[in-house]
Amino acid sequence: MARENIKFYQFLLNGFPIILLFFFALTGYSFSFQIFEINISFNFIHLIVFYWVLRKPEMLGYGLIFFAGVINDVVQNLPIGVSSINYLLLCVIASFFRTRTLVPNLIYDWILFFIAILIVSSIHFTVLAIFFDGNISYGALMSTAFFSFLIYPALAKIFNQIYLLGLRQENVE
Amino acid sequence: MSTESSRDDFIIAIRSAFLKKGNRQKFSLFTLLIISILVLSLEYFKTGPVNQFRSITKDIIFRGSYVVSSPFKYVKDKYYLFQDHMSMYEEFSVLRDKDLDLDSLRKEVDFYKSENALLKKLIEERDLFSKEYMLTKILLDKQSPYLKSLIINKGQKNGVKLGSAVKDRLYYIGKVVNVNFLSSRVLLANDLNSKIPIIIEPSGINAILSGNGNDDYAELEYLPKENEIKENEIVYTSGSDGTIPASIPVGKIIIQDNKKYVKFFSNLNQLNYVQVNK
Repeated sequence: MARENIKFYQFLLNGFPIILLFFFALTGYSFSFQIFEINISFNFIHLIVFYWVLRKPEMLGYGLIFFAGVINDVVQNLPIGVSSINYLLLCVIASFFRTRTLVPNLIYDWILFFIAILIVSSIHFTVLAIFFDGNISYGALMSTAFFSFLIYPALAKIFNQIYLLGLRQENVE
Repeated sequence: MSTESSRDDFIIAIRSAFLKKGNRQKFSLFTLLIISILVLSLEYFKTGPVNQFRSITKDIIFRGSYVVSSPFKYVKDKYYLFQDHMSMYEEFSVLRDKDLDLDSLRKEVDFYKSENALLKKLIEERDLFSKEYMLTKILLDKQSPYLKSLIINKGQKNGVKLGSAVKDRLYYIGKVVNVNFLSSRVLLANDLNSKIPIIIEPSGINAILSGNGNDDYAELEYLPKENEIKENEIVYTSGSDGTIPASIPVGKIIIQDNKKYVKFFSNLNQLNYVQVNK
């Protein structure tokens, strides 16, 4: 029984980014709320994809990211394929930075994340505005990108701790 | 020499990012990007087998999403229930102080209804819209800065039609924008893409109600420059688009900084069941 529990725990730790990615894709949660008439919301999928592809790419498959994009499009009423393109472009940027970086640094990652989400959000807006004639609030899109950028260091720390927990568990076995 | 080498490094990094599969990756990013673009191009097929496949895929994903979201929906419902409970005494006091003679009001409405029916008969006007509504359950409630919509548990199989009006009790809340086999999407009146023809009574002014992403109120477009609309006037659907039935109450006028808004009668965050026009 105890062994089964350990295995389940191990499975949860190893599959954490996948579980989290599909949770946010399926529910579409952005934890949006208002403070002083300012709408605050976060794009957790961007955070998850960027962090795990940049730091631990072996834990999050590109194929799964593609499927998460399809699910997100259905849930958010977007043309199917738009989010997949966004997430995969984020993967390209993260993967490019990974090959160019020798020593990981949180501040460096943080700034790169900001550049990456600005590029991806701009592409998202352009594709929807030009090809699909969708009325999308540019302000809301950019504010979501900005607030996602603000919470990146905190989430990166949490993700890192979870990864270390998984690593520790593997070493125990 | 060093510029050339840094350019080579850059090209190698780009190639590696796009084409290298990496550890435990089954597909390269380049392959998946091409697949995504192909999938996206299928959006142009609005009928035929592609559309049917898309409809089934959406139904499956909505059911999955419903299961995953249900614990959170439960917590949200309990939170609103608690809020209602806390404001119960206050609401009771307001209602007690109001002189609501419901019985005479109902009789008055019945009289106007029959009078209206007689007048319509006199001018040989026929009802273009069905007056029948079907009750549906909300599977998903998507409220984000970009999208204000609901997924309901009835679709093509149950006779839901594209563009049908959706009501919460007596009040208009949105229209059906996407019909799948077993589910449909309702675009709420506060969504950025929502535009509804309305009429403001008793002034009788026509305008377009345009969603602005706010949960409580929406904006009015194409109002005449010189208008005498007053606060608390009632906004109804005008039915002039030919898809939404006329005279469904939407909200009342509020004026903020000399700008007129429509405050919804329904709380669009607390919907569990809605009625769809057949």
